[in-house]
Amino acid sequence: MVTAITSMGRSGLHDWLMQRVSAVIILAYVLYVGGVVASGVDYASWKALYSQTWMRIFSLLALLSFGAHAWVGLWSVFTDYLTERMLGAVGDKLRFLAQALSAVIMFTYIVWGIQILWGL
Amino acid sequence: MTFLKPGEAPSGELCKRYSIVKDKRPVNLDIVGSMHLPVTAWISITHRITGVILFAAVAVLLWALDTSLAGPESFDTLRETLGSPVFKLVMWAVLAVLIYHGIAGVKHLIMDFGIGESMEGGVLGARIVIALSLLCSVVAGVWLW
Ligand code: HEM
Ligand code: HEM
Repeated sequence: MVTAITSMGRSGLHDWLMQRVSAVIILAYVLYVGGVVASGVDYASWKALYSQTWMRIFSLLALLSFGAHAWVGLWSVFTDYLTERMLGAVGDKLRFLAQALSAVIMFTYIVWGIQILWGL
Repeated sequence: MTFLKPGEAPSGELCKRYSIVKDKRPVNLDIVGSMHLPVTAWISITHRITGVILFAAVAVLLWALDTSLAGPESFDTLRETLGSPVFKLVMWAVLAVLIYHGIAGVKHLIMDFGIGESMEGGVLGARIVIALSLLCSVVAGVWLW
């Protein structure tokens, strides 16, 4: 049995909804920024876009959504494959390691993103 | 993992793990060797794989954002870097993975609303996902080059 202590909201339904809401936010952001880039940008217009408060908030929202989305997503993957049933006793240890590693990477991404957005 | 040869009786660790009680019970665990998955299953597993790849790819995207906003020279350097064939290929790969995961994700969301949940609906949806992903990836590639 895999326990739920490392899931996002400690409930499957909560996680399920979280992953869907975050997916829609990331998609909106990707399509918007993709549209801007595809229509052509120079440094001045690009910088001006990211100087606006609403764009920084939108970007941070997308970044945090990515964090929640990927956490729930990777949790599903790890608890499917890195388990005692699939791999024997080492499975649980590997899963713990994988989750710790992805948590560190995710934290790094978010701090890095905030630094980029607010240019600390 | 321990695999049984055809006709071999399970014993020891395997018996314990699968709670097999009858010694001579026929067992065929050779699932991998004869794997034929329907298109819907392929869509599902590739959605999963692209999701894991994207987690790493976000590093590339954040790096590009960082470089693009660091200053006018930095912005131009990024333009040049992304002009090289290798980086173009990397960017295109990231885009294609994102496009695929996104479109398969939208299909997933549509099915969450109960649309197209029949087997025929699933197969049709899977085909649409493949077609749209190819289309968007090719257009993105043309735009990049
Ligand atoms: C950079 C951004 C993204 C990352 C790192 C990411 C990562 C992941 C991962 C690892 C999973 C788990 C896969 C599984 O359990 O099979 C997942 C699932 C999912 N993703 Fe994403 N994803 C991203 C963007 C998106 C976008 C733009 C959408 C658009 C709709 C999306 C929609 C979904 C959906 C609906 C699921 C749930 C699949 C399921 O329950 O099986 N994702 N994602
Ligand atoms: C779900 C329905 C979708 C449809 C019907 C669709 C349709 C299209 C079409 C017709 C084009 C060509 C546009 C042109 O020739 O200028 C295109 C391009 C593109 N699509 Fe999609 N698409 C869909 C979803 C998505 C999603 C979810 C993503 C990303 C996550 C995406 C990313 C792109 C990209 C990057 C391009 C290339 C744009 C460029 O570089 O100029 N598409 N799409």
